[in-house]
Amino acid sequence: MVEEVRDKNIFEIKDFNVYYGSFLAVKRVNLNVETHKITAIIGPSGCGKSTLLRALNRMNDLIINSWVEGQVLFKGIDIYQKDTDVIELRKRVGMVFQKPNPFPSSVYENVAYGPKIRRIKKKSQLDEIVENALVRADLWKEVKDKLNESGMSLSGGQMQRLCIARSLAQEPEVLLFDEPTSALDPISTANIENLLQELRKTITIVIVTHNMQQAARVSDLTAFMYIGELIEFGNTDTIFVNPQNKLTEEYITGRFG
Amino acid sequence: MRGGELIRRKRFNFKEGFFLSLVRTLGFTGAIILIGILFFIAYNGVRVLSWEFITQPPVDAMTKGGIFPVIIGTILLTFICMIVVIPIGVTTAIFLAEYSKRGFLLKTVMMSIYTLAGVPSVVFGLFGLAVFVVAFRFGMSLIAGSLTLAVMVLPYIISTSEEAIKAVPYSFREASLACGATKWQTIRKIVLPTAMPGILTGAILGTAKVSGETAPIMFTAAAFFTPGIPRSLLEPVMALPYHIYVLATAGTHIEETRPIQYGTALTLIILVLLMNLLGIILRMRKRVKRAW
Repeated sequence: MVEEVRDKNIFEIKDFNVYYGSFLAVKRVNLNVETHKITAIIGPSGCGKSTLLRALNRMNDLIINSWVEGQVLFKGIDIYQKDTDVIELRKRVGMVFQKPNPFPSSVYENVAYGPKIRRIKKKSQLDEIVENALVRADLWKEVKDKLNESGMSLSGGQMQRLCIARSLAQEPEVLLFDEPTSALDPISTANIENLLQELRKTITIVIVTHNMQQAARVSDLTAFMYIGELIEFGNTDTIFVNPQNKLTEEYITGRFG
Repeated sequence: MRGGELIRRKRFNFKEGFFLSLVRTLGFTGAIILIGILFFIAYNGVRVLSWEFITQPPVDAMTKGGIFPVIIGTILLTFICMIVVIPIGVTTAIFLAEYSKRGFLLKTVMMSIYTLAGVPSVVFGLFGLAVFVVAFRFGMSLIAGSLTLAVMVLPYIISTSEEAIKAVPYSFREASLACGATKWQTIRKIVLPTAMPGILTGAILGTAKVSGETAPIMFTAAAFFTPGIPRSLLEPVMALPYHIYVLATAGTHIEETRPIQYGTALTLIILVLLMNLLGIILRMRKRVKRAW
């Protein structure tokens, strides 16, 4: 029975607090992330949604003075134990950021970065990984003739898909998206949203967005957070059509936020 | 209509005018003094500057001939100084920028660096004499002089390297770590290559600065006269700044060698300008490539 639940939920977040110094940014959150689903986290600025997302692959470790209480189980294993291999965790739980952040090197080198630091040296093997990742990120057709050009010469939308390809090259099981389209134009945004639908067939996706329409369009499940607390969580349709909590209703109808 | 008048009306503002002309005058004065010095040295030095002057050793008690060993001495001192100081300086900068936590150790290191940067060059000369020449038993030698110069330029290299490292966008580090790279992999593969033009620029400008120093090499490396170029690190060398000092103060032919003194000074200035030019070119290339 327990095993079944774990297969269904790739992440189980239990009574989870995140502090920055003495400031409580995420308060007693309980949330399950289902495998091969897209989970959206919405809420007004400063509600802790990015903090919660970054807790899932321990990117918050980089922030001095941040600390946590409670548990985050990834496939049943608490990732905040002392003996956690954070490097392996981040390989399996990748992240795409708000502002496209390719490295100042070629398209090829950007995608090959992860495999290379894992000491994959064979050219043919690297070529295959790079092509595969770019195809999955729906960028191959556009860049196959300019793999040696700088990743920074691409358009904003292409750069973001390059960053997605860079993460996919690690064969992650989960990809975390931190407002991935807020710096992009509507067409690039639509491309990324279509890409998310494609990707969810193979991986689990958690996306933070302050764009409610986006959450409604792309996600299967939606979590609404407000001042560090998880207010409501459920099927996206239910949340948007028939919210149970008054705060959720006020937020999604645009009365604040 | 009235709006148009308002735009057109041009009242003379005395304060504005006064300060503008003051700033302009002072700015020009600074430039004129600098250009004047350069012109003065170039005018006096260019007469002796020739192919022979830079390829022949001095002859006749240094009253004739060229300054070849002197140029080579300065180039060697500068070059070895760079080889020693860049790894130490960059490593320290990496520690300060990436690893150190705000605390007692960091404060102590920073304090030492700032203090070191303000110490007069003759003190470094004495330090070099006590440590490298005497304690390490290098004697008056190329290596002792280079190490003394390295100690002197170290604070500058550390602070320019640290700035270059800190200028690497945080998002690069974040992206690398999110790919499952370790901190050291991130520094080695992303941070250092991105910061490298800035680090090199700082290193070149810093070393160009010390290549003209007299005091640090006076007790540690500089020879009054050597017949040729040094064959080992443990031999003393002639050097451009010290050569000027010697010819202008210590010889019996001070008046006679004036042209050679100016020629040597001009050579030193050209050498420093060339190094600065290299630094500027590096910096410009970095700016062109920088797209973030």
